[in-house]
Amino acid sequence: MAIWLTKDSRVIVQGMTGSEGSKHTRRMLRAGTAVVGGVTPGKGGQHVDFDGVPVPVFNSVAEAKSATGADTTVIFVPPKFARGAVIEAIDAEIGLAVVITEGIPVHDTATFWAHAVATGNRTRIIGPNCPGIASPGAANAGIIPADITGPGRVGLVSKSGTLTYQMMYELNDIGFSTCVGIGGDPVIGTTHIDALAAFQDDPETEAVVMIGEIGGDAEERAAEFIEANVTKPVVAYIAGFTAPPGKTMGHAGAIISGSSGTAEAKKVALEAVGVKVGKTPSETARLMREVMTGAR
Amino acid sequence: MDLYEYQGRELFARHGLPVLDGGVATTPEEARAIAERLGGRVVVKAQVKTGGRGKAGGVKLADDADEAQARATDILGMDIKGHTVHKVMLTVTADIAEEYYFSYLLDRANRTFLAVVSVAGGMEIEHVAEEAPERVAKVPIDAVRGVDEALAREIVAEASFPADVSDQVVAIAVKLWQAFVAEDATLVEVNPLAKTSDGTVLCLDAKVTLDANADFRHPDHVAFEDKSAVDPLEQLATEKDLNYVKLDGEVGIIGNGAGLVMSTLDVVAYAGEDLAGPDNRGVRPANFLDIGGGASAAVMANGLEIVLSDPAVKSVFVNVFGGITACDEVANGIVQALALLAERGESVTKPLVVRLDGNNAEAGRSILDSANNPLVERVDTMDGAARRAAELAAAGV
Repeated sequence: MAIWLTKDSRVIVQGMTGSEGSKHTRRMLRAGTAVVGGVTPGKGGQHVDFDGVPVPVFNSVAEAKSATGADTTVIFVPPKFARGAVIEAIDAEIGLAVVITEGIPVHDTATFWAHAVATGNRTRIIGPNCPGIASPGAANAGIIPADITGPGRVGLVSKSGTLTYQMMYELNDIGFSTCVGIGGDPVIGTTHIDALAAFQDDPETEAVVMIGEIGGDAEERAAEFIEANVTKPVVAYIAGFTAPPGKTMGHAGAIISGSSGTAEAKKVALEAVGVKVGKTPSETARLMREVMTGAR
Repeated sequence: MDLYEYQGRELFARHGLPVLDGGVATTPEEARAIAERLGGRVVVKAQVKTGGRGKAGGVKLADDADEAQARATDILGMDIKGHTVHKVMLTVTADIAEEYYFSYLLDRANRTFLAVVSVAGGMEIEHVAEEAPERVAKVPIDAVRGVDEALAREIVAEASFPADVSDQVVAIAVKLWQAFVAEDATLVEVNPLAKTSDGTVLCLDAKVTLDANADFRHPDHVAFEDKSAVDPLEQLATEKDLNYVKLDGEVGIIGNGAGLVMSTLDVVAYAGEDLAGPDNRGVRPANFLDIGGGASAAVMANGLEIVLSDPAVKSVFVNVFGGITACDEVANGIVQALALLAERGESVTKPLVVRLDGNNAEAGRSILDSANNPLVERVDTMDGAARRAAELAAAGV
């Protein structure tokens, strides 16, 4: 088992005929993901060949869904078309929309989020500006490299792509149930809390690694949630202790505003509820290794 | 991007919000000319992107053009909390009867927008929120519905504005929302929103933050960029499409992925804590530089060029985790980048510590080994490489 993305997930790719879209569609297929179609307005009816597998292209998400039974979409469209693409996925009632696109204006993200809420939250949105979600050995929706680790019993939720890969690599002998990159934008669809709740309910996840970074107070709120709702062990890592205030550190959301959003405040909040926080990524991996080897 | 007050005021005026007549000057003579045009008493305000201007002496009244020129001479060039004043804004004065506070901002936690409003304006809203939280109204705004007149009335009622100004504040609330959306702002703050003695409500200050991700639909926002206030290396990096932030240490940092680079800064700072850097402190990271997932030779060369041109940098730590990009490609990128820099006539003399891990790490490492560049040292763990880079920087201080 895994959370949100399983071997039975049927995946379509919005923007599949673009360069990033096609590159990663090929990788998703190689990882065993059932990519059943692509969506590019105006290119419906065509097929794109991926290593001998012809994948049909549709003009709209609704068309793709009714023809293929898709329940997941991965969105690679450029920032200026992203709002429309996500709203289309929501209106087609796709269960999971993974938004890889980086650089979406926050008013657009707030708008598609408000639309998702107004229509009853039938679509789980992951991202934007995220690497996606991978359930090793089962399926891969996004750009997370599939061959870093195999299946296992650790869940991973992270704001950062490369730190996700780094953690998957350091613990690749233990393996992961699902790795979720929730993205580094100020407004994101799926939060640390959503992932923690899902991992808590997933019988095949034994422990969770949570990676956060400066900006906002999502980690502090996750700490409150852990205290009240999570019984499985959680190990955390926070990036950005040396980041100066007022500077955006790569991710649009990674900014300390005044005295809020610091790494120290997040660490203190997490430790106060019994979460072990590693000082470096390797120490964090070591802490999780202790949890998992002690648990066996 | 945070705007200067004069830019915010300009933007407010463009959206039909009531602001005082005025202008912006970079010299005392320009200030004089503006004061002459405005006539009578004016206020001269330092344009810096920090609070506390008034206390620092950056806001002065002047009764006539002579005095305006003199006050501009005092204020221009002044240092306010590390910000040099390059511009002053002059406006006519207003006879203020009451001061209010009005803002729209992005509420990250609730993934929506928020109106934060108070009839106790003129001071910092954080201060009001602490002292008298009941005087601060916070109204969530649905991004799809926005602020129409009906919601504006609710906001105004919620904040208990006096009846005699409510119609004016409602109109301002609607226009301010339109400006917030039309300009892709993440913050518009009016403090004070003032009632003058004749009962008119005016926006006397304008604090605006714009979303850089939306620049593609605002070609006019480029004009708001203040190149003089940007670090020259940050400017160069922006031109080369690199994500770079100048910091105050000695170890140049290059990595792939924002999270990994932030983490690298931390690990280097820990590793350098007990080493002797300048000013009796430890060795620290000199910059943030994310070269992204691809890490091609050209991008690596551009990154190295910027980091190496920082005179404070004594050593460089290249920290790459091969995820999508394989480490052998990254290693080739580093080797080619050094060759490219040599071709460009740059003499590279600072030591580089390279850590490659992840996808095809072994192949990448052997490429570095066979290139055998005496300046490049390979260390295979992030913690070990950070320590080595910090040591080399300490040796170079």
